[in-house]
Amino acid sequence: MAISVVIMIRSRNLFAVIVLSGIYSFLMATVLVAMDAVDVAMTEAAVGAGISTVLLLGALHLCRSDEAKPAHRPWLPLAVSVSTGALLIYGAFGLPDFNNPLSPIHQHVAPRYMANEVDVPNVVTAVLASFRGYDTLGETTVVFTAGAGIIALLRRRKKPGRDGETEK
Amino acid sequence: MSRDLILRVIGKLLIPFILLFAVYVQFHGDFGPGGGFQAGVILAAAIVFYALIFGLENARQVVPDWLVETMLACGVLIYAGVGLAGIFLGGNYLDYFVLDHDAIHGQHRGIFWVEVGVAVTVSGVMLKIFYMFASRGNLNGPEDY
Repeated sequence: MAISVVIMIRSRNLFAVIVLSGIYSFLMATVLVAMDAVDVAMTEAAVGAGISTVLLLGALHLCRSDEAKPAHRPWLPLAVSVSTGALLIYGAFGLPDFNNPLSPIHQHVAPRYMANEVDVPNVVTAVLASFRGYDTLGETTVVFTAGAGIIALLRRRKKPGRDGETEK
Repeated sequence: MSRDLILRVIGKLLIPFILLFAVYVQFHGDFGPGGGFQAGVILAAAIVFYALIFGLENARQVVPDWLVETMLACGVLIYAGVGLAGIFLGGNYLDYFVLDHDAIHGQHRGIFWVEVGVAVTVSGVMLKIFYMFASRGNLNGPEDY
């Protein structure tokens, strides 16, 4: 993963960057499988590696495939991102260990979720669709809004002067 | 790309199985990994795959635009309708326990329909975005997909 990130940063060829980001997503999916988050891994593989790669290739089809030279040196953004990353890593040291059953996140509402009063074997589905039904409704609405926004921005109306050129 | 024999044959072989896998992920989401979102994305990916190999126009004939746009809105309406059904049957909004005489069955029924709603909206949105980008590309550049 580190190698693909370094090549993505160095490369100026956008096609290679898109393909490498797909590879990165697949590697991320395997990491998530190794951490027993199969649902998230499936989403990462399907969305990150599949759909978004295709969409980025479609966008690349519309513009030039070489990244333009930046107008000025990237020292300020570099400093901001490095310091944010360092802060996050420093914060991650304060988290409880992975798989530690005594960590606070496993003490709050998780025991009730795991007790599984809705009798659905996959706890992720039970939490998403039943316990957190409102959240998932909100997420679905967000996805719908994204689609509606895309339609509003990109739909071409049929102009009266040009007949049959556009489908819509 | 659409002239490539290997791609066409492999695509014809694989696409039914991708669709089947999407349906499996949808309906088996209660028991194994998966659910509405993943199923919707896989469904959309199968059709995107078809569009890449056999051309956008053929894909538009299989899944026309009006269907995609209807799916977009219907998913959210299905989800919200499950919530309203809870109210009409005497519970709270998105309360699944009242959807059946047996509370556990009611939960299962509620989760099932909610996941259907999510899958329909997600696949509709993904396909719509893909159609939008791809149709722009066809108009401006050479027709290579």
